[in-house]
Amino acid sequence: MAVNPDFVGRSYPSTEPYAVDAALIASFAAAVGAHDPVHTDAEAARAAGYADVVAPPTLVVRFSQEAERAYVTDPDAGIDYTRVVHGEQRFVHHRPITAGDEVTGTTTVDAVRQAGGHAMITTRTEISTASGEALATSMSTIVVRGGED
Amino acid sequence: MAARRVTEVAVGDVIGPVTVPVTRATLAAYAEASGDQNPIHQDEDFARSVGLPDVIAHGMWTLGASGSVVADWAGDAGRVVELGTRFTKPVVVPVGGSEIVVEGAVKAVDAGSGRVTVDVTTTCEGEKVLGRCVAVVRLD
Repeated sequence: MAVNPDFVGRSYPSTEPYAVDAALIASFAAAVGAHDPVHTDAEAARAAGYADVVAPPTLVVRFSQEAERAYVTDPDAGIDYTRVVHGEQRFVHHRPITAGDEVTGTTTVDAVRQAGGHAMITTRTEISTASGEALATSMSTIVVRGGED
Repeated sequence: MAARRVTEVAVGDVIGPVTVPVTRATLAAYAEASGDQNPIHQDEDFARSVGLPDVIAHGMWTLGASGSVVADWAGDAGRVVELGTRFTKPVVVPVGGSEIVVEGAVKAVDAGSGRVTVDVTTTCEGEKVLGRCVAVVRLD
């Protein structure tokens, strides 16, 4: 099944708000070798001007990929997820995510194009608090590798 | 740790190189924290069954670890306002582990806005694994 080009411009409903806590931030920071005390020490984070411990800049992928899942698993989108590789990723942060934020994501399909037998899909996910404060914009390109047949 | 001042930064400044180890345990911890449980990052039999040489690191782990090096240099991880890359080559993680080497070079400094653009080069076994990796930090 080919990737459906008619999905360009389509947006999916926002994900259920996820309550970011200090334990998630600490475990993500440890996994990516982020040693800045603002990730683990609430006093250090407050001294630096933040409401609470600060997420490493790529933690947002947890929420953007969850939001993208509604699209990539949509049967009518025509995406064979077993053939997907991550091609590009970019984040723009509007303010750092901190413990205590209730985070939600809304994905829009920006582009679907064919290149060399593969489909390249670019999505944009707006990450915000449940009350609507913009946190980050995630732009992701996935490549759906073409089949042998 | 206090954030670096923009007046202390000049085009051509070098960050690192910093060596970051990566093991299967790192990838299991990353999978749990990120929610990306794709077995190609943890199960070598599965990875080989889909044509990979061995377990590979999540591309986003590699970007995250590269971003950590820039954040440490900035002196405040909340100062990283943009980060992006192309994933050009997988980081293979054999059972004995591997490592990446992260280097940065300051490409542009906007003293007015405090925005500092850093070109990031990340290699594994001497080969680049990220393409066009760029971070922007905002300093005072």
